[in-house]
Amino acid sequence: MDKNYLNIIRSSKPAQFGILLIVFLLLYNLVPHNEGNYFWRLPSLLGFIPIKLNEIIYAALYEWFPLKVWDPIFEMYEEKAAFREFTKSISKGLLFLITFVRELLLGGDKIIDVFVNDAWLKDNDWMTWPALPWTAATVGAFLLGFQLGGIRLALLGGIGSLYVSIFGNWVPSIQTLSFVLITTPICFVLGLSFGIWGYLDRKVETALQPVLNVMQTMPQFAYLVPIIALFGLGDHAGSIATIVIATPPMIRNTILGLKRISPEVVEAGLMSGCTKTQLLFKVLIPTARRDILNGVNTVIMQCLAMVVIASFVGAKGLGLNLKIALNSLKIGKAAEAGFCIVLIAVILDRFTKAWANKQVDYFENLTFFQRYKLLIIFGTSILIFSIIAFIANGYFDKINYLYVIPIEKGFTFAHYIDAAVDWVWETFFYSLNSFNKFLLTEVLGPMKKAYLGMPVVATLTLTMGVAYIIGGIRTSLLVGGMMLFIAMSKYWDRALITMYMATFAVIMASLNGIIVGSIFAQTERGSKIILSVCDFFETFPSFVYLIPVIFLFNITDTSVLIAAIVYATVPATRYTVWGLNSVPLSLHEAGTMSGVSRIQRWTNIEIPLAFPTIMLGVNQTVVFTLQMVILGALIGTEDLGQLIFGALSRAQDGPGVAITLGLFVSLMAISVDVIVRKWAEERKKALGLA
Amino acid sequence: MSPTISCSSVYKIFGNNAQTLLSESGGNVDAKKFQEAGCIVGVNDASFDVNQGEMLVVMGLSGSGKSTLLRCISRLTDATSGKILIDGEDICLMNNKQLVELRREKMGMVFQNFALLPHKTVLENIAFPLQVKGVSTENSIYKALEMVELVGLKGRENYFPRELSGGQQQRVGIARSLAVEPDIWFLDEPFSALDPLIRKEMQDEFLRLQSVLNKTIMFVTHDFDEALRLADRIAIMKDGIIEQLDKPDNIVLNPATDYVRKFTEDVPREKVLKIESIMDASDPNASGEIAVKTDDIIETVAEKILSSKEIIKVVDEKNSVVGSINPSKVIKVLFGG
Repeated sequence: MDKNYLNIIRSSKPAQFGILLIVFLLLYNLVPHNEGNYFWRLPSLLGFIPIKLNEIIYAALYEWFPLKVWDPIFEMYEEKAAFREFTKSISKGLLFLITFVRELLLGGDKIIDVFVNDAWLKDNDWMTWPALPWTAATVGAFLLGFQLGGIRLALLGGIGSLYVSIFGNWVPSIQTLSFVLITTPICFVLGLSFGIWGYLDRKVETALQPVLNVMQTMPQFAYLVPIIALFGLGDHAGSIATIVIATPPMIRNTILGLKRISPEVVEAGLMSGCTKTQLLFKVLIPTARRDILNGVNTVIMQCLAMVVIASFVGAKGLGLNLKIALNSLKIGKAAEAGFCIVLIAVILDRFTKAWANKQVDYFENLTFFQRYKLLIIFGTSILIFSIIAFIANGYFDKINYLYVIPIEKGFTFAHYIDAAVDWVWETFFYSLNSFNKFLLTEVLGPMKKAYLGMPVVATLTLTMGVAYIIGGIRTSLLVGGMMLFIAMSKYWDRALITMYMATFAVIMASLNGIIVGSIFAQTERGSKIILSVCDFFETFPSFVYLIPVIFLFNITDTSVLIAAIVYATVPATRYTVWGLNSVPLSLHEAGTMSGVSRIQRWTNIEIPLAFPTIMLGVNQTVVFTLQMVILGALIGTEDLGQLIFGALSRAQDGPGVAITLGLFVSLMAISVDVIVRKWAEERKKALGLA
Repeated sequence: MSPTISCSSVYKIFGNNAQTLLSESGGNVDAKKFQEAGCIVGVNDASFDVNQGEMLVVMGLSGSGKSTLLRCISRLTDATSGKILIDGEDICLMNNKQLVELRREKMGMVFQNFALLPHKTVLENIAFPLQVKGVSTENSIYKALEMVELVGLKGRENYFPRELSGGQQQRVGIARSLAVEPDIWFLDEPFSALDPLIRKEMQDEFLRLQSVLNKTIMFVTHDFDEALRLADRIAIMKDGIIEQLDKPDNIVLNPATDYVRKFTEDVPREKVLKIESIMDASDPNASGEIAVKTDDIIETVAEKILSSKEIIKVVDEKNSVVGSINPSKVIKVLFGG
């Protein structure tokens, strides 16, 4: 009899989950809420970690490997730490490059200043690089678009830059663009090199995986404080933060692409007489081009998504404007800046894709003028517009509108948006407010309380138990270790709040995604439409999502959660569509011939088979949600994000705290990832889909 | 004249301690024992020559080691032991630079799944081996155009591989492998991924090309009919061992092992056997108007022989009479018994 029960439990996962739930509930209710009780909260044995990390960072900056460096001002040698000199030279180099591109387009004398004597420059104030008139830039964007993808891209580029210019966003847009133009190639080169290295050497790949996992799940904010400590404030710091965040997907895509190449293609390359270098550059990389370019695309999108966050460490441009507008609750202005960011993202996205697909024509027999027609037109237009703008200097007395339309003089639709928002606010105030109140008091409040009232032993039992049932003892220990690491810090309560917000948003986003995805995936057309809608929404920097919700729901958990839900619905939808589309046609036909109804087919055939893929989408929603929840700190929440954000203003122990807390968030995401991935793998194997 | 390709005692064993296991076994490799030790035997003691202008077809089912043998000879994988001479030089001893040089000058290879570079057009794919060799763009494109014409793809120079049918893609693969004008031509199941009708068409095309080009060829296939159709000689492989290596008609007439016999049983004799194998050499002075040649395939001349009322003489390639043929023997081949 007893043995029988044991066997049932051993073979039935639902039974195991049931027992786990009972144990969890017992622990939850029986463990007394008492600060001295270790079952309730663990002591902060690992409280030293942030302090230690801080010490390491500052020791590296000021003590390790002192070098004798010539100080030109005091005319003497000075002891300086090698690492600091290293970070300084990186900062200088990056700043130079960004300023170079910026001045090339906007004019100025900072770059010239680098090459000539200060005093001489002061005496010769004619010595500045002239700004590129926005008129010429618009013609340039039009021609570039035309060269890359015909009239459609030409119009996109032309109208896009025309809009940016006459709405007064020309200067911040160029600042952002210069930032992207420098950061993207660096991410590309770094990502490609590490990706190739990982592809060529298995050991490197194995070592890279966990590092990439952590890097991709750390909240962006967490990098900012250490970067300020190491590199100081400025555009270069923003660029470095972006590089740290945008390079991992590039590495991933490169490895993925290279691994997908069929061995025959490699052999064909070898038999064609390629040397190793030729094989790499002429066969492997071009064949993996699609994935690598997807990587580049992701990098560009990440760069633009980062512009707002980068503005916290001193990057100028649209991001800074957006941040300022948002801080002062100027929704209209914020929306304008956000729209410019999206516009630039879309233009760069389309242009790079078109450029990647460009084909060489061997049979065109063109004269010099035919071949360089567009370049010549561009050159001429720069000349003409510059001359006109220069002459116009005499006509305009203060601001030369032919060079630049400053933001306060440009067209604007901000007040329309403000008016619209006001209207919505006035019309729906009561319903919005009562919805908000209802959600906060009836759902979110109790949920938060329930999470905070969870004894640590119950939490650990639940997570480790789930991990054990799904993935076995190793997964359980891994997840348990990660949770324990968080639980033994003094930030456990904050972590619980983050978890509660993430749980709520993940559940809502997954439900939305599965429903929307299922509806659209019924037809091929629908799938295509919804996937391109997903593409469109993914070009939005995460920040943009916060703009409307703040206004509608004020600065509450609701705002952040709704932004997180909307943001994370995108991957859930995408993976649902992928999963449903991957159900073999023969199974649909078998279902139809068995006489299933539409709903039966959905519940009995489509969803079970698509579920492993859908779960991978849920995995993504976890990462997306955590990013947004942490980002929510910016508008005021009280979870880990708030502390990470707060660390920005704490120069002394900030870096250590930020890294530790960021790591916590990353560990939460990785714990979920470990369990879900394992489960999806096993389901796939069981269904014969692997 | 020395053979173009000469293999002696070539072994290829996959696994961590293949080298030690092989030297312990002293060349006497038992696949089962090796498998227990965690090694998989790909090629087991292969020794053979391929002469200048000859087409050797390596036939075997999947997992028989035929592709592995081909890859050893092109050194896409390194043989575990043995000697592989290409024009008298052991390629197993070559360094990377010599190997690249050899492939650029002497070798061409066609792959089962075409292995075209997806980012290059037909023309660029064909010109690729020339371009990595350092030939100027203009010259390589010019040469590639010539090859396009040779394989009958004129008008599709600027198509991408994805825009072509399987047969057309393989024509590109063939053109690419021939672009450097190699002496040795490796074909790894080149027509296996194609539909039966296209396959037949490509085989004809291949025979036409070979009659013009006269390369030294190693052709791998799992299709015995294809082997019979194309080969000068056939090597039949099983579990890494060459079971029999002989001319097609000899293999059909005298299968060396039971395994080979299984393949030959269903082969229509008249399609393989030559007049030579059923003629009476005893009567060199046979009179009569009608003559057939010693190397005519029986099927092609059967009607001529059977509809004639006189005795038919057999002549060799110099047109001198070497024997006669008895219609009853043709009937026996055609209808068995």
